[in-house]
Amino acid sequence: MSRNPQLNEKGALQHLLTIEGLPREILIHILDTAASFINVAERDVKKVPLMRGKSVFNLFFEPSTRTRTTFEIAAKRLSADVINLNIATSSQTKGETLLDTIDNLSAMHADMFVVRHASSGAPYLIAQHVGSHAHVVNAGDGRHAHPTQGLLDSYTIRHYKRDFTRLAVAIVGDVLHSRVARSLIHALTTLGAPDVRVVGPKTLLPAGVEQLGVRVFHNMDAGIRDCDVIAMLRVQNERMRGALLPSEQEFFKSFGLTPERLALARPDAIVMHPGPINRGVEIDSAVADGSQAVILSQVTFGIAVRMAVLSILAGK
Amino acid sequence: MNIHIKGCRLIDPKSGTDAREDLFLAAGVVAAWGRAPKRFRADRTIDAKGLVVCPGLVDMSVRLREPGYEYRATLESEMQAAVAGGVTSLACPPDTDPPLDEPALVEMLKSRAKSLNLARVYPLGALSAKLKGKRLAEMAELAEAGCVAFSQADVPIVDTEVLWRAMQYASTYGFPVWLRPQDSFLAQGGVAHDGDVATRLGLPAIPSVAETASLATMLQLARSAGARLHVCRLSTAEAVAMVRRAKQEGQEVTCDVAVHHVHLCEVDIGYFDSHCHLVPPLRSQRDRDALRAGLADGTIDAICSDHAPLDEDVKHMPFGESEPGATAVELLLSLTLKWATEAGVPLVSALGAVTSTPASIMRVDAGTIGVGATADLCVFDPEAHVRITPASLCSQGKNTPFVGYEVPGQICYTLVAGQVVYENAA
Repeated sequence: MSRNPQLNEKGALQHLLTIEGLPREILIHILDTAASFINVAERDVKKVPLMRGKSVFNLFFEPSTRTRTTFEIAAKRLSADVINLNIATSSQTKGETLLDTIDNLSAMHADMFVVRHASSGAPYLIAQHVGSHAHVVNAGDGRHAHPTQGLLDSYTIRHYKRDFTRLAVAIVGDVLHSRVARSLIHALTTLGAPDVRVVGPKTLLPAGVEQLGVRVFHNMDAGIRDCDVIAMLRVQNERMRGALLPSEQEFFKSFGLTPERLALARPDAIVMHPGPINRGVEIDSAVADGSQAVILSQVTFGIAVRMAVLSILAGK
Repeated sequence: MNIHIKGCRLIDPKSGTDAREDLFLAAGVVAAWGRAPKRFRADRTIDAKGLVVCPGLVDMSVRLREPGYEYRATLESEMQAAVAGGVTSLACPPDTDPPLDEPALVEMLKSRAKSLNLARVYPLGALSAKLKGKRLAEMAELAEAGCVAFSQADVPIVDTEVLWRAMQYASTYGFPVWLRPQDSFLAQGGVAHDGDVATRLGLPAIPSVAETASLATMLQLARSAGARLHVCRLSTAEAVAMVRRAKQEGQEVTCDVAVHHVHLCEVDIGYFDSHCHLVPPLRSQRDRDALRAGLADGTIDAICSDHAPLDEDVKHMPFGESEPGATAVELLLSLTLKWATEAGVPLVSALGAVTSTPASIMRVDAGTIGVGATADLCVFDPEAHVRITPASLCSQGKNTPFVGYEVPGQICYTLVAGQVVYENAA
């Protein structure tokens, strides 16, 4: 197997494609850098000049509002030029191949590609293809990875819990289809969380998931008992009625996070969700709007984390 | 033309021979071993000191891409690749466009192939019309046109009644049925084995049970229909055990494995290497070990290349969107030798899996160099190692996960009917 394609020959970050295999020091460096950007949002002029003259291309082959917007804000706060391309609705439907698209954009001297794609691994293909001056950030590929989400989740956990090395974290719901879950699992195991759990019905957990270093629970109460962090996953509506799940109601009954269930976790447990939330499907409104939910903080921290990733890749 | 092959190590798996014997060819057949027949005068003498002479390889699955996919490969390019790989007889699956479900298509393919004077082509007819799994193909007509067996290539028949009836119909005429076990529902949308690697990489998965559930159905249907079943491309340990059991119970069943699956497993996907996107998917190390054990104990009868030349564009895509398949007909000998060396299997039995055994499953006159047999031969240097590079391949498809491998076995000569059709000067 070849060298980890996201590190350069000096072991520094060339692309951010996945959290898996990244050294702990790199993760900590990103989180520390993000912390230094938190107060930029509170200034009158919400900008730092670190990426002036650099161009960031947001390449979204799959629709997204939240992630694309936060990457755009992050790049603009770093003073970069941002170009948004929703390829789902343009060239690809005209038959242009993925690599043709990348060649065209490379010819426009892009410094940074932020890529969202429905196929697992697409950002790897792009990273192999772009010149050595360009950087690729994976903004979500298929079921594989969503590294900036995993980092912002880690940032949120560190913000509220300080230390990873004593934490019990439960990740609940559709792990099978979730890049968010995979990235969070890799982040937590790298950062030293001793007890990472996945909770869900057998139909929504991938084969051999315990190989990722997690404990598997099929019972929600047991799975979240005494946890410090509960990370809920979004269950896509189209997966609700079919061979994987019978109905929203039944899923909510077995795996939905209600105030009663939340009481089984530690009293100071926090509740995370990558959004957009399905109220009454995976999470009760009383929990989503309750004092233990940190869902909106995740969004705010997400901008700082993405600023950190972009600026580190840009060598600043 | 009379040819004297001098000083060689002669390996004939059918008779279990592995001996230092000269070989004398005359009038397209093997005239004698050891001593020249009376009044034999060689037109050509091949000095084969240190070389092995064995029957030309018989490959049970080579896609020639004609008709319909000439942009991927042509009969010329792939037949050249075959003889460069020492393959002198090959079966081609019916997944062309249109599929091989009409006698005229089969006749055309056979006559085009024949005119090239390279390897012998034995088409597999479509088991169902257009491979659609609804209506039976005209098997008797297709057999008359030259089909040696009937197959669905990689397109499963979903309707079990059609499958059962197709087997019954084929067995009416004694035609063998070749099927790859895969349940289309369980495999739907999947691109990799349902194991640790697919879980880590987030690749939609194909569980082992997609193969075993289908295989169980196939074995039962074939038993009930009295059909001669050949199971193509086993990939799981459980399937090997099932075939072993069926054979022990006396069922007339044979099976093969693709040469990739003898060497590679899911881990080789690495960082989304689309050259490892194959059908069936590369499975776990445990599965690969079971396939190797199955080969060694004879449960798996044959190794084939499952040759599938593709253009680079369809591999330069995200893993799940790329087309599955690999070019391999030229690597069959080397990769078989590599397995034999690693597994400690004697050359004479290892070569049986790519010569005499597939020939007997296909029921064709090939796979042996006994005296009187057609002189289809492969002459190779077992000690020489070759490095696989795209440029080293004759096939138009350069898509192989084995690029960069150093493998044993350099083909020096390939002969068909006593004529040298490939010669490597180096």
